[in-house]
Amino acid sequence: MALIPETEIQIEHLTVNYDNREVLSDITVDIPRNRITAIMGPSGCGKTTLLKTINRLTDVTDGASVSGRVLFDGKNLLEKNVDVNDLRKKIGFIGQTPTPLPMSIYENIAYGPRVHGTNDKTTLNRIVERCLRTAGLWDELNTRLSEPASKLSVGQQQRLCLGRALAVEPRVLLCDEPTSALDPISSKHIEDQLSTLRRDYTIVLVTHTLRQARRLADYALFVYFGNLIEHGSADHLFNSPVDPRTRAYIEGVFS
Amino acid sequence: MDRLLEERVFKLLMQLSTLLIVGALLSIVVVVFVKGMPSLTLQMLTQTSNGGYYVGKEGGVLNAIVGSLDLCGGATVMAIALGVPTAVYLNEYASRSRFAAFVRNSLDLLWSVPSIIYGVFAFILMVYVGLGTSLLGGIVALTMLELPIMIRGMDEVLRTVPQRLKEASYSLGATKLETAVRTVMRQAFPGLMTAMLLALGRAMGDAASVLFTAGYTDNLPISLFQPVASLPLAVFFQLQTPFPVVQQRAYASGFILLVLILSLSVFSRLISKQFGRYTVR
Repeated sequence: MALIPETEIQIEHLTVNYDNREVLSDITVDIPRNRITAIMGPSGCGKTTLLKTINRLTDVTDGASVSGRVLFDGKNLLEKNVDVNDLRKKIGFIGQTPTPLPMSIYENIAYGPRVHGTNDKTTLNRIVERCLRTAGLWDELNTRLSEPASKLSVGQQQRLCLGRALAVEPRVLLCDEPTSALDPISSKHIEDQLSTLRRDYTIVLVTHTLRQARRLADYALFVYFGNLIEHGSADHLFNSPVDPRTRAYIEGVFS
Repeated sequence: MDRLLEERVFKLLMQLSTLLIVGALLSIVVVVFVKGMPSLTLQMLTQTSNGGYYVGKEGGVLNAIVGSLDLCGGATVMAIALGVPTAVYLNEYASRSRFAAFVRNSLDLLWSVPSIIYGVFAFILMVYVGLGTSLLGGIVALTMLELPIMIRGMDEVLRTVPQRLKEASYSLGATKLETAVRTVMRQAFPGLMTAMLLALGRAMGDAASVLFTAGYTDNLPISLFQPVASLPLAVFFQLQTPFPVVQQRAYASGFILLVLILSLSVFSRLISKQFGRYTVR
């Protein structure tokens, strides 16, 4: 971590409004490649919105309007002519509550590849096995692939969502408090996997557990009521924050 | 103490009203069955009505059974073909628009339009294109009758599909259409079936809208362009006769209609249970 990593996503003057209420104002920050970037801050201060802007889920949020630039692969992904479906293939998203799709375990993983045109059975089988292995589910589930995904435990469901996101071979994984609905053991599973995945993926992790951010993050952002207060290496942010608000947050004055 | 008493009193009132409704429904079925029982013969199901049938000679209502199935089958297929895209459009593409609100209001209004009006309207259309009373005319009238019920039913069902489920699909790079067809409709399948059934049941039991449009005949339907019989009209015509035997057959026909709707309902519930096992709760 001595070298300054390359930038994967460049956010410039990003402002987001919901029905004329400003939820993010003038955010400018670089997200480093193949690192875990933690977005921290109190609930309802725009963390999720920041995440959803990056894969354009704000498009399907009623009343959202976005301005500024988010550069990815040298192009502003907020522009109208961007192919959002292709963009979302490259930038995956894992939500707060595990969200299995209404189909079998196998079909959950195969869903992404199928919509992108992979229908060959052997290829799909290979993808399903690879993704379930990465998600640490293969050994538990390889005999139950045709069962409804909704029958899995909540922890398994979230790992399935992680595996499903990997099936379309993204470069970036956006994780919106992925462990907040999970028990401690399942949370650890997810954390371990994210920690391993950083080698090959750029991970942006929204979290409001400080300890999780400390355990995982290479780089951290502190967002407070729509404003980016401070950002920098995790080491810097956790050990020598400059802004008094960041310090108060890190010290647990509020959460 | 007072609150406990209140709890008990109101629970009792709710139970009483539930009982009243179940009792009323059951008594309809029982009365129809008892009154029609002597006429409930195999002959009723396997023979068509011929001239003498309405004065008490032999025959059955096979023409009306097949006619009703044809009419409702055709209308339901048409209504699904037009209704599903509309419901999906209202929800997935235009959910908060003024246009969607306008369409929803119009459909709610159409829901309460008496079925005879649909009949008359379809009849005017038929006259305009030079079509006489026919299976096709009946299907058109019944489709119009079914559409508001089906679309608004499906609309409400699709609305309950959680946003996070759609976002999960979008996040994998699926388009709106792919998400609607592969995820939203799958999740909503049991509810969509119920909406379809509500519409189908309404069409199956409706007499007024097919009166001018489908007409009536003693023959089995063989063409889209010829009149066709239906069970509700069979009941109506038989009850009008002065002969007790024929009136008894009206009840028997009514009972057949009930059983038909019931079995369609049970059948589609079985299907939706089978497909609904993947539904995420």
